[in-house]
Amino acid sequence: MSNQRFEPLLIAFCCQYCSYSAADLAGSMRLQYPPNVRIVRTPCTGRLEVEFFMKAFEKGADGILVAGCLEGGCHFTEGNLLARGRVGYTRKFLSESGLEEERIRMINISAAQARPLVDYINEMLATLKTLGPSPLKSANTPINAEMRI
Amino acid sequence: MIVAQRKKIPELVDILKGRKKILLLGCGTCVTVCLAGGEREVSINASALRIASRLKHLAFEVEELTIERQCDNVFIEKAADAIKRNDVVLSLGCGAGVQAIAERYDKPVYAGLDTTFIGILEERATWTEKCIACGKCVLHEYGGICPVTRCAKHMLNGPCGGSREDRCEVRADRPCAWQIIYQRLKAIGELDRLKTIKPPKNWNASIHGGSRMVIREDHRI
Repeated sequence: MSNQRFEPLLIAFCCQYCSYSAADLAGSMRLQYPPNVRIVRTPCTGRLEVEFFMKAFEKGADGILVAGCLEGGCHFTEGNLLARGRVGYTRKFLSESGLEEERIRMINISAAQARPLVDYINEMLATLKTLGPSPLKSANTPINAEMRI
Repeated sequence: MIVAQRKKIPELVDILKGRKKILLLGCGTCVTVCLAGGEREVSINASALRIASRLKHLAFEVEELTIERQCDNVFIEKAADAIKRNDVVLSLGCGAGVQAIAERYDKPVYAGLDTTFIGILEERATWTEKCIACGKCVLHEYGGICPVTRCAKHMLNGPCGGSREDRCEVRADRPCAWQIIYQRLKAIGELDRLKTIKPPKNWNASIHGGSRMVIREDHRI
């Protein structure tokens, strides 16, 4: 599969108090971001478990973006700090298993930062294009981000 | 509780190489609390092993199960069917759990954790060793602070004189047990206890006399 044709599937777990609203705002501001990203709203990034990330990779996701509130600004005080640790832990498991740890990343933004969110998504997609498709994609997984998770 | 740490995925892959049907068996007691071998860790490790298997073409088929306690027959029986339908068991229990399963089933049982010590949760995500199970407890003599476990030199008549500030000279990241013992005995008004010289410890009750066994005749039928 040529990497030029490759369109990565990026799962973005977005906290409803910040990045999910930022994604909404991006829409209102008519900011464009690629359709490769699948936004999953979460009540707080502290709700996200390492298993969720591992399962997403197992099922063929090319990358995961965890978008939480600015540090110190979590609605539940420390959910985003917990998520930061879990993303770091997931990276260890990925590299031990043979997958690039850059495929998962945590970002911190506020509800007003629509433009930075779009930039982060584009940045992450560029990273994934450089890394190439996840080797865990099965033969029958559609190439162009059509997979359901 | 018993504190254990996970083995890294490459080590587990090495242990399991050549095997196909694997039961990843968690334990819902001590190792769940120390975040090493509970249901969640079973799920994470199973995913990681499946990913490693696909990338290295190893054909692992990993089944996940967590029972309440791996060191107790009543709970082990609940894993019987799962154990029977797999080739091997990778136990995320402590060393006692691994052996309890191995003794009861005719299947290879491998340890997925490194059992580390008997300890407590000191602060969030930090566990410290408190007991080496020496078989003859002397805690009453030392204000509830165990010199056998927490003094790097196991001194019963301390301190050694090598501590810096309140830090152990052997491990600077750990406090001097004898400093804590002194402060504790002073606080509870039992400093007099330190005036008695303690004889050398009899280690017969410890592991040095071979693996130990406890029998309660009053409970036997």
